[in-house]
Amino acid sequence: MKASILDVPRGFWSLLVGMRITLTQFFKPVITVPYPHKTLPIPARYRGPIELTADPATGKALCIACKLCERACPSDCILVAGVKLKGEKKKSVTEFKLDFTKCSLCGACVEVCPCDAIRFSKNYNLASTSKEDYIFDLVARLQAEKKQP
Amino acid sequence: MIAPTDIPSRTNPQETFVLNLGPQHPAAHGVLRIKMTMDGEYVTRAEPIPGYIHRMHEKMGENRTWTQFLPNTGRIDYLSALHYNHAFVGAVERAARIEVPPRAEYIRVITSELNRISSHLVWWSAYLLDLGGFTPLLYAFADREKILDLLEAITGSRLTYCYFRFGGLCNDIDDAFIQGTRAFVAQMRPRLKMYRDLVTDNIILRKRLEGIGPISAELCRKYGATGPVLRGAGIAYDVRKVEPYSVYSQLDFHIPVFPEGDSMARYRVRMAEMEQSLRIIEQALDKLPAGPVMGKVPRVLRLPAGDYCYAVEAARGRHMVRVVSDNKDIPYRVKLRTPSFSNLSLYEEASKGMMLPDALALLGSLDLVIPDIDR
Amino acid sequence: MSFLTAEPVRLLLALVCIMAFVGLNAAYLVLAERKGAGRFQRRPGPNEAGYGGWLQPVADVAKLLSKQLIVPPGTDTILFRLAPLMVISPAMMCLAVIPFSQTLVARNINVGLLMVFSFGSINVMAIMLSGWASRNKYAIISAARVVSQNVAYEIPMLLVVITLLMVTGTMDLNEIVRQQAGWFWHWNLFKVWVNPLMPVTFVIFFICMLAETNRAPFDMAEAESELVAGVFTEYAGMGFGVFFMAEYANIVLGCSLGTVLFLGGWQSPFGLWPGVVWFLLKLYALIFTVIWVRWTFPRTQFYNLLNLSWKILIPISLFTLLLSSAMIKLF
Repeated sequence: MKASILDVPRGFWSLLVGMRITLTQFFKPVITVPYPHKTLPIPARYRGPIELTADPATGKALCIACKLCERACPSDCILVAGVKLKGEKKKSVTEFKLDFTKCSLCGACVEVCPCDAIRFSKNYNLASTSKEDYIFDLVARLQAEKKQP
Repeated sequence: MIAPTDIPSRTNPQETFVLNLGPQHPAAHGVLRIKMTMDGEYVTRAEPIPGYIHRMHEKMGENRTWTQFLPNTGRIDYLSALHYNHAFVGAVERAARIEVPPRAEYIRVITSELNRISSHLVWWSAYLLDLGGFTPLLYAFADREKILDLLEAITGSRLTYCYFRFGGLCNDIDDAFIQGTRAFVAQMRPRLKMYRDLVTDNIILRKRLEGIGPISAELCRKYGATGPVLRGAGIAYDVRKVEPYSVYSQLDFHIPVFPEGDSMARYRVRMAEMEQSLRIIEQALDKLPAGPVMGKVPRVLRLPAGDYCYAVEAARGRHMVRVVSDNKDIPYRVKLRTPSFSNLSLYEEASKGMMLPDALALLGSLDLVIPDIDR
Repeated sequence: MSFLTAEPVRLLLALVCIMAFVGLNAAYLVLAERKGAGRFQRRPGPNEAGYGGWLQPVADVAKLLSKQLIVPPGTDTILFRLAPLMVISPAMMCLAVIPFSQTLVARNINVGLLMVFSFGSINVMAIMLSGWASRNKYAIISAARVVSQNVAYEIPMLLVVITLLMVTGTMDLNEIVRQQAGWFWHWNLFKVWVNPLMPVTFVIFFICMLAETNRAPFDMAEAESELVAGVFTEYAGMGFGVFFMAEYANIVLGCSLGTVLFLGGWQSPFGLWPGVVWFLLKLYALIFTVIWVRWTFPRTQFYNLLNLSWKILIPISLFTLLLSSAMIKLF
């Protein structure tokens, strides 16, 4: 009886304490980032869809089409083809397709690559209305990038 | 003011109706369906019907190599991905007798405990959302954001981490992470006090949770419920203490236990666990040895034939991975013993005769992750 | 110009003004609520439509108006369509007797308080009807809750108001405000020499007002995490919009009543600015508190809600009633 009567003022006090906390938060600055207008920096290890890296000297893809990534991929989303050009020791890549609809960004391909030819990109605005947009042709992308700068 | 629970349950179908809670319902947190037979607002039978998000993780384990299954583990219980990483990696390491360098073990503990805090924060905020309190969600997410930022910087992902590797980690932590984690620990303590003042001591919340949804230790044993559910029933069972793995045996922490067995006890267990996790992180950071983060691992992993188990304390309870190998490069069987499934199974018995909001308070206090139930 | 001062014309004008007031308030209180919720949660709230989100209500209404009004099969069509109207019209009626300033009152009748309470009760019936007509299990559970909740909270509310009536001796709202002239300690809230428990009665009044308007932490009518959207589950488009408007109209009404009864209505605490400014200031301060309460607390459990009313509020309000009658008799 006594406890339940004491509960009333104590309970009321706990409500006031809660209200004080929310009011102090009310006058503190906003902590969210208004996303499309402002973006946060992306950490170096961010995992976006993979991309091919180019040899800085020649500008050609480092990939030797060894197909290790194709085999390592748990979701079967990489397709690689390459040819051996004349006068070169290693094969060079002709086709590198990534089916991003299946990719889970696990990074098995990046880790298995013997010549660091694949890396994670920093792309994240990837919304699209058609499925075909997610079949990335990474070789074509690399060439397009080369032309741009 | 005790919740009226002892009502004669009427079985006459004229007097009851069926309420399909889910698979799309705000309190179902995902796609759990609960078929409730109601007598007015009283639940006479609540039958959980899982399976709406079944993705056959166990079957997937049987048709890919050991390494290829690793990304799957982070997607079973997406809120404590690192614990699930740890269990699978641990099972394989135990089978293949791979030595893990001490630095990697300490980093595993630090990141796992950060993951536990972030998981408990999500539970806390979602639970309050179930109970009708909206503001704590945003406060908890502001804190969780800091953990996610820290983990994103070292693992590259924000939720479904795939950071542990057989024999160590995929990459080392840097000074920014260590300082960031220390700063986080320092500012998380006053936040936990703020949570206590704002929510835990709140009379409305206490009235809603105290004495509601009692789960006895006996019931937990019957259904194999573990984690905060079991510790909230007064049993100090924590895999980190009873079968210490990794470097937990070298760290000083205690297991919060509350004997009441009601929703409030489970609530308090989780809140106290966050404080303990902060303690673990601090100690592990102090003791963090130098050295490599990757042990010696054979290039093509073939496990010797046999049956291997490894259990970890995930945020929701005991998560055990059992792998069976027939000396091939793909597993013969991957069995996942997930805590949410066992914790949900006791719901039907525990919720009998409760009022609908109380039954939902009980459901929330079990901290279910639906993909963890279905796997 | 004489026809403007004729009573029917004046009434009609007042009615239009009240409807505009309710409509504008409903629209912009939704924005204020969302902005306020945002601030309590350390985020900006809606800020894309118009500068700082000023056009958000317009966008909301345009969206609601463009939606199809779905009447689910098997519902009681007439009641289903009638219920939103029945929720909002009593609130508008009651605002007719609220004195916004000494002269700014649509219809000053000497039993204004009685009228507010009698019309206010229709609200419950309308919500019950909408729940019943929806033919939805969640709606029916919610409707049943709302009825017992509102019945339980009418009692302490009325007991508190009776306590106040003993002090004021009139049901004329303008007269009640006039009695509170002077500095702020002349407000009924602080008249502790008449009844030392006057602040407590105000707290009880405020709690009951929250419960009567189905606001968090007593939002049994909606209870979205339990009952999806409660009685509003089956309503689409503007049907839902009207319920939403009614909620805010009821809040405006409840807070105006609180202002008039306890906070001195249009009386200024130290004689600056016209009365209507003071009235609105107090009104919006109360409304802010309502929003503040909503974004602080979790929802109460249903039987705790009834326990609070029957075991705590009613005994205390009965005690204050006895106390003030004893004090009036003695002094």
